[in-house]
Amino acid sequence: MSDAIAVVLFVGVVLYTLFGGADFGAGFWDLTAGGAARGREARTLLDRALGPVWEANHVWLIYCLVVMWTAFPPAFAAIMSTLYLPLGLAAFGIVLRGSGFAFRKMLVGTAEQPAAGAVFAVSSVVTPFFLGAVAGAVASGRVPGDALGSWLTPTSVLAGTLAVAVCAYLAATNLTVEARLRRQPALERYFRRRARLAAVVAGALSLAGLAVVRADAPRLGDRLLGAALPLVLASAGLGLAALVLLRHAVPPRPAQVLAAAAVGALAAGWGVAQYPYLLGTHLTVRAAASPYPTLVAVAVVFGAAVLLCVPSLALLYVLEQRGELEESPGA
Amino acid sequence: MSAQLHVLLSAGEPAQLLPARLQMAFTLGFHIVLVPFGVAFSFLMMIANHRGLRRGDADALRLARRWADVAALLFAVGAVSGTVLSFELGLLWPRLMGRFGGAYGIPFAVEGIFFFLEAIFISIYIYGWTRMRPWPHFWTGLPVVVAGLAGTASVVAANGWMNLPGGITVRDGRVVDVDPLAVFFNRAFWYEFVHMALAAYVVAGFLVAGVYAHALLRGRRDRYHRTGFLLAFTVAAVLTPVQMVVGDYVTRAVFHREPAKFAAVELLPRTRDHVPETLGGVLVHGQVRYGARIPDLASLLAGFDPGARIRGLDVIGPDARPPDRLVSTVHLAFDVMVACSVLLLGLSLWFGASWARRRDLPRSRWFLRAAGVSGLVAVVALETGWVVTEVGRQPWTVVGLLLTRDAVTTSGDVWWFLAGALGIFTAVGIATIGVLTLMRRRWRAMAEPDVPYGPGRPP
Ligand code: HDD
Ligand code: HEM
Ligand code: HEM
Repeated sequence: MSDAIAVVLFVGVVLYTLFGGADFGAGFWDLTAGGAARGREARTLLDRALGPVWEANHVWLIYCLVVMWTAFPPAFAAIMSTLYLPLGLAAFGIVLRGSGFAFRKMLVGTAEQPAAGAVFAVSSVVTPFFLGAVAGAVASGRVPGDALGSWLTPTSVLAGTLAVAVCAYLAATNLTVEARLRRQPALERYFRRRARLAAVVAGALSLAGLAVVRADAPRLGDRLLGAALPLVLASAGLGLAALVLLRHAVPPRPAQVLAAAAVGALAAGWGVAQYPYLLGTHLTVRAAASPYPTLVAVAVVFGAAVLLCVPSLALLYVLEQRGELEESPGA
Repeated sequence: MSAQLHVLLSAGEPAQLLPARLQMAFTLGFHIVLVPFGVAFSFLMMIANHRGLRRGDADALRLARRWADVAALLFAVGAVSGTVLSFELGLLWPRLMGRFGGAYGIPFAVEGIFFFLEAIFISIYIYGWTRMRPWPHFWTGLPVVVAGLAGTASVVAANGWMNLPGGITVRDGRVVDVDPLAVFFNRAFWYEFVHMALAAYVVAGFLVAGVYAHALLRGRRDRYHRTGFLLAFTVAAVLTPVQMVVGDYVTRAVFHREPAKFAAVELLPRTRDHVPETLGGVLVHGQVRYGARIPDLASLLAGFDPGARIRGLDVIGPDARPPDRLVSTVHLAFDVMVACSVLLLGLSLWFGASWARRRDLPRSRWFLRAAGVSGLVAVVALETGWVVTEVGRQPWTVVGLLLTRDAVTTSGDVWWFLAGALGIFTAVGIATIGVLTLMRRRWRAMAEPDVPYGPGRPP
């Protein structure tokens, strides 16, 4: 049972990486879109694409926190006590990002709008870095540990940087699709180029990362090239395939799906590499798990969530892609 | 940490306790103001939308659409502040989560579903105005209202469990068995939930009505502003008396089930009968000072008998007795909540009398002035009510099982975290008000009514 719930938790982690990641990444492209005039078109597209879905995208984070503290409380407490610095900073980043985004939309045409936009964009880059660093610290078995030494490590810095790159990659493939849907060929080319660039960077970081991890966190390195090897290879293969598609002027949708699958496989690889431990080699999934009825309750809630939320979420994304959800009139 | 701050801490309290409590109080106090907008404002929006569609009322439709924009903004701020709260539960109170997460976490897991649904459908509703067909669009608002209430129920269930924990078996300080249903439907659940849900509607109604009261006062007495006022005010005015009846019930439930909290509410150091109701007043060195006393009233209200016996603070063991200043805080917060209710009730009755006689608002400008601040009064009731619940639970975080000082984190320096939270939330709060003001100015300047769909325009 505890293994099943660990899977439920990890499904959340993967989905947050995909949906939240694409969302953060849009902020990255906002930050790098250039001055107000040059970046206007790109920013407008990204605003429209993000507007209706960003809140839903971030509920996955809440989902991960809640499943973690309910099903594996000692692990949650240890992570929170050790990694309070990157987690606290990420929490602040999330506030600034969400409110910056909401304000900027309403502030169109005012002197304050660029400031709100900048807050949104900068925190969109900083937040995934810290979340990535947290993942790196957990993966390399440094929880519990001390406040700085646990995450100012090669693995964490690498994971943080990789997180930023992956977000940018996911977002660029998404925005290519959005540009296509809205029949904006110039923007489509713009994001296609950036998707390729981000793909190469993310791929290179992953490869370099394997070397770093082998040196810095031998167990994780061994496991990634052992039990998790199929997933790592699948991720590489899917990523390459996506890159090939992005180079050609074919419809971008398959590339988007492949890119997401590549990232999902990489995240799942982390999960497999951890197993059967939640923390280091001292706390297993089973030992950290709450009493059986709690796990059943989490499973039931998960089932209900799948039944209720998946169709609703599908409705949201379908309406969004069909263009039925348009720019709010507040601006 | 400076020397003065040390003075504030009583002996034996961990240094992190004060900043952690301040931070929790501040961020929860911030989040809770936004909650009525997610829970109840969406309902007002639906009424306006329905009226607009059913009666072809363009003003009502315009209201609904503008409210949706306000809701979009406030929902975003509510969501991010809620996310921070989730982090804080772990960052500030790791030993609460680590020891009791297996029980305390369950309501939050349920809450997750509803906030997810709420986030999805509020997006569809807000962004669907122009392109979706009117009635299907209207119906996408319904899940928002339902999920808002259900989400409130879940999160309040978690709070109720802290007040009256049940459904767990603890052995050697570890939770070894859990009954999830008994955790969720704990003995404080129903009354806290109903009281909070009504509070959300009362607060949202008075706040929204207040905005239109200001417009009416400034002479914009057109149908649009009147409709906005009446819709929101009616909801709040009808529910205020209900809320007071429920509040009375809640107080009696607390009398029976949480005697320690009730002793603080009544400012009662020693167990006795014929207890007077003390209005105002504080506890100094264990003695009641200042305040006005109405003989026998507390006994009468709690036990329906002027001679009823009420347990005082002396029933609490010396280790768990709250310091005087916390007792005074709880008592004064309770008095303020009740005073606010009385003011709101008066205003509701004034409106009711005038409506019954003339089908119109009271003519006096004082009515509109009072309605203009009624939202703030309701927010004060909401905040002070939570102070009664939360401070009244001290020194316990989970009553009988976990002391707050044992729940608090031992890592880092929470003062820095608190400073960051204060800075960021203050900035976000100010910016939110700024943006709302801007939206209002824009709407006022707008010559063309922006009716989304409806009589004027084919859908
Ligand atoms: C508009 C808001 C509002 C209004 C008008 C009232 N309350 Fe209230 N009260 C709340 C908003 C609130 C609240 C903020 O929602 C609380 C905090 C926790 C809860 O369940 O509700 C609360 C808590 C609360 C508690 C503590 C419950 C506990 O700790 O379990 C008591 C005893 C009362 N209330 C009693 C009253 C009485 C006697 C009222 C009027 C005569 C009253 N309330 C009006
Ligand atoms: C009585 C107390 C509370 C009520 C009634 C309440 C209600 C709500 C509502 C209605 C929302 C939707 C957003 C909005 O309307 O602004 C929301 C958001 C949220 N709240 Fe609270 N809340 C309460 C306390 C808490 C606490 C204590 C926590 C966490 C520990 C919390 C966590 C959250 C989270 C994570 C969200 C964001 C959900 C999303 O992403 O959509 N809330 N809350
Ligand atoms: C239902 C949701 C809520 C939950 C689960 C919750 C949970 C908590 C927790 C875990 C603490 C820290 C431990 C403690 O001091 O006992 C706390 C303290 C506190 N909370 Fe809440 N809370 C909720 C709603 C609120 C709201 C809406 C307010 C609004 C003002 C509030 C005000 C406070 C205050 C003032 C404290 C500090 C009490 C003290 O230490 O003296 N709470 N709450």
